[in-house]
Amino acid sequence: MDALDVTVRILAVLLAFLLLPLLVGQTEHKVMAHMQGRVGPMYAGGFHGWAQLVADGVKFAQKEDVVPDGADRRVFQLAPALALIPYLLVLVAIPVAPGGGVAQALDAGIFFVLAVMGVGILGSLMGGWASANKFSLLGGLRTAAQLLAYELPMLLAAASVAMAAGTLSLPGILGVWEWWWLPWQLVGAVVFFVAGLAELQRPPFDAPIADSEIIFGAYTEYTGLRFALFLLAEYAGIVVLSALTAVLFLGGWHGPFAEGLGWLWMLLKTGVLAFGVIWLRVSYPRLREDQIQRLAWTALVPLALFQIALTGVVKVVM
Amino acid sequence: MSALLVQPLVGGHTGAAPAHTGLAAGHPGFLSPSGVEIVFVLVGLVTLGAALVTVTTRQLVHAALWLVVALGGIAVEYLLLTAEFIAWVQVLIYVGSVVVLILFGLMLTRAPIGRSPDADSGNRWIALVVSLAAAATLVTVVVDAFRATWIDLEERTGPGQGSSEVTGTALFRHWVLPFEALSVLLLAALVGAIVLSKRNSDAGSGSGSRPGSTDSVPARRNKAGES
Repeated sequence: MDALDVTVRILAVLLAFLLLPLLVGQTEHKVMAHMQGRVGPMYAGGFHGWAQLVADGVKFAQKEDVVPDGADRRVFQLAPALALIPYLLVLVAIPVAPGGGVAQALDAGIFFVLAVMGVGILGSLMGGWASANKFSLLGGLRTAAQLLAYELPMLLAAASVAMAAGTLSLPGILGVWEWWWLPWQLVGAVVFFVAGLAELQRPPFDAPIADSEIIFGAYTEYTGLRFALFLLAEYAGIVVLSALTAVLFLGGWHGPFAEGLGWLWMLLKTGVLAFGVIWLRVSYPRLREDQIQRLAWTALVPLALFQIALTGVVKVVM
Repeated sequence: MSALLVQPLVGGHTGAAPAHTGLAAGHPGFLSPSGVEIVFVLVGLVTLGAALVTVTTRQLVHAALWLVVALGGIAVEYLLLTAEFIAWVQVLIYVGSVVVLILFGLMLTRAPIGRSPDADSGNRWIALVVSLAAAATLVTVVVDAFRATWIDLEERTGPGQGSSEVTGTALFRHWVLPFEALSVLLLAALVGAIVLSKRNSDAGSGSGSRPGSTDSVPARRNKAGES
């Protein structure tokens, strides 16, 4: 692997990291609007308001960066970076095309991805604590409770795929993937996706940031660019979760003409899943905190264990 | 953990013993360190420093955050020793779950910003003696056991010595009994936690007039902690 190759790969990951979350954000504006009988942003940039998020970014950059008087300054300022950077790192390990179409093939890719995604939650916790604000503290508490509850089913669902494939490496899993894994791992796919939504705190699992009851939770005191970084982390999280679900459960780049068009299939599957994430936001009301916990422990964990048992049985019988 | 890390490497590579001893004999020793070795020492110093700050800082939440640095530093050390799998598990379990649990506990009980003078313990000298004794024992045992063992960091062909395949083979062939004993221990802890929290919530619902839904919440939190 020479220097040029490495540079190209890093640039590609960086480009995807900067572009895809904005794309998802703009899609969310438009999809939500049309589902609610509106048109959404129409003016910025001319054609159907395509530059709305660029304008938003400029607006955020101009705002004053306020740190509350009673806050723990350094932790408060560090939190947005810690929330965002893990998603950039995760993108490095996600395969997009057959035959080396991954920035860095990792031997224990699943563990890397899930471990680093878990670190991102620390950003919200730090922000929630360091703001010296009751709403922020409540938001941080809810974030932690949610992470503790949903980490387990997510891991178990991913473990099921690893068992089926006999490897922990993401390109390795795609290498042995067959179409009939779709129905075989269906339960695991649903568990993984739902648990991932909860980790991202997307609706209907957005009790930690519920703007109408605890005023954006951990982000209450954030302004300007730092708040924008938290928002960007949310959309980067959607991209990462959709891409991961596509790789683990939907066969990633598999599809007709996968040799040449593999990356397109991967992008398409990721896009459809991201659309689903947006759709869920528009369709479902927010779950209460105890409902969130009950769903994790009484529904998702048993389902994930059932999926693991099913995977084991099929694996032994075949 | 470190014994667990190095031991499988020794067990898994007995087949290649001649090459290994040759490598050990031909090793330049400590006087001409390679880049990886220098980075290893530097990261080790950072980890040690973070660990010291963790136990000496007077700000509770800062201690938990410095613990993140210390545990992350250990993960980097595992990576440098080519034990990729162990490194990611370290991040997943310790940084991603244990620290989150600690922060959750701190925020739930009290999370003061600034110094908390009442958090000082009178046992600090006893704690220092115990930790020094534990460190001395561990260092002596590990150094004595692995004095002549070298890990080939340059190996890039085939599965590395610390790859998930090698680790899994070692864990489920050589070390399967301790592994299973540990899982039974964890199961016992899990059952114990459920029993304890059940008893508490029964007493709580008997004496107080709180709504039923809040009573079962501690039980779930405990379960979350054990996993």
